[in-house]
Amino acid sequence: MLCDQCRERDAVLNLTQIVENAVTQLHLCEKCAAERGIETTVSMPKHPLGEFLQAVQQQALQLPGDAARCAYCGTSLRDFRASGRLGCAQCYGAFEQSLRDLLRRVHGSAKHVGRRYEVANPQLMERDAALSELRDRLQQAIASEEFETAATLRDQIRTLE
Amino acid sequence: MTLDLSLLPDGGVPWLTASGAHADIVLSSRIRFARNVSGYAFTVRARDGERLRILAQVRETLPRVPSLSRAVVLRLDEMTAIERALLHERHLVSKELAGLEGSNEARSGAAVLVSDDAGVMVNEEDHLRLQVFRSGFDIAGAFQAATRLDREMGAEIPYAFHPEFGFLTSCPTNTGTGMRASVLIHLPGLVLTQEIGKVLQGLQQMGLTYRGLYGEGSEVIGNFFQISNQTTMGRSEEELAEHLSRVVRRVIEQEEEARRVLLRDAGYIIEDKLWRAFGTLRHARSLPADEAMNLLSGVRLAVGLQLMAGLSVYTLNKLLIFSQSAHLSLEAGRALTESEANLARARYVREVFANEAGSAGQ
Repeated sequence: MLCDQCRERDAVLNLTQIVENAVTQLHLCEKCAAERGIETTVSMPKHPLGEFLQAVQQQALQLPGDAARCAYCGTSLRDFRASGRLGCAQCYGAFEQSLRDLLRRVHGSAKHVGRRYEVANPQLMERDAALSELRDRLQQAIASEEFETAATLRDQIRTLE
Repeated sequence: MTLDLSLLPDGGVPWLTASGAHADIVLSSRIRFARNVSGYAFTVRARDGERLRILAQVRETLPRVPSLSRAVVLRLDEMTAIERALLHERHLVSKELAGLEGSNEARSGAAVLVSDDAGVMVNEEDHLRLQVFRSGFDIAGAFQAATRLDREMGAEIPYAFHPEFGFLTSCPTNTGTGMRASVLIHLPGLVLTQEIGKVLQGLQQMGLTYRGLYGEGSEVIGNFFQISNQTTMGRSEEELAEHLSRVVRRVIEQEEEARRVLLRDAGYIIEDKLWRAFGTLRHARSLPADEAMNLLSGVRLAVGLQLMAGLSVYTLNKLLIFSQSAHLSLEAGRALTESEANLARARYVREVFANEAGSAGQ
């Protein structure tokens, strides 16, 4: 049976609603059910990471695709769900709320209380990191003959240097 | 690149000497910190060039990191599969870094720095895995040395750190302190008295976890367990290390108690079983890896119970690591098939026993 809402996917859920004494039956697919905020009865894995990933999956379904992607490294929640690994430090910002929930579940706390760390010479180190990133991109741009991009990158490198 | 093991101080495994406390029960204590270099995508997302740059950056800082002053740099991405497997057998690199999973290739920039009891895996799941091993039960000593290494390295290389989440790691199970404290422990007494189930269950209730001899995903053989902290967040590094230390001390006591019970209630049965293990190791012509591990476990127990003299724990530690397949293959100069390795293993064990255990017996 097709989903009553999207008429594209198979319905997996039978929703009985009573509104002002009128009983309505809705057959929904997983995605449309999730959009309505209804938990589907997909078997829940026991592993804490698995549960989290499932939660992420449901959340991802509600979000437009782009919102669930790290702008820096391009890792999506879907990638994270598949591999269990984040792509970069910025992913922690991009998926902050979901991660806070996961960390709480895995560690019993989402707050680091151990050693604080400060980069010894932050400006210099950040500059070095940015420079090497730019140089790397410049090499790639030259290799793929994107000369306009290469020129822009070269200017950026000069400014930083 | 050929792996020249003579370059490695103590073969990279000084903890085999069994010089630490409770060394007949606890083989080694280890602290590792997972760290990522700020400004780069994590290893799996990083491009080849970025990983190579991270390695170059780490090598460049070595003269200013006293803990690694004698470090030897080993490039896994330039080694044969046998050489990589050998480093894994010595616990110097993870299975992942050695490229022994799936593709059977090490990723570009995969390397390990080895200096006395300290080491750094570069381009593992996280950019840096700093680790310190100590012989026997010495979490405190390993913690002190690892913390020093971490501070020295962190002053030279900017780590990815978040005020709320702490040290950022590729897998959220390491986030926070990024610290894993562990011991490699031999618990035949608890296994034979069938108390082990209760003990392991207790560990889990106390926020600890256990694995086999080779960590994550490895099975328990020869009664060797790796016990470590399960969580890395919400407690300080010191608390995590002290907690593990406290619980392990209790496990050691339980193991010692189990051994006393065994001797008291089943003395001759145990004695017979352990001497049979010794006899097989001493004379077998073909030894599969698992069997060798189990027999070595028996002899180790016999030495711990002082039923056998003339054999040192150091020798048993060496046998445990050096009788594994990659070691035998490297010695033979080619990849051995399983049955060839079984023959070579039996020969190696016989030789060691003949040389060092001539007096064991009677």
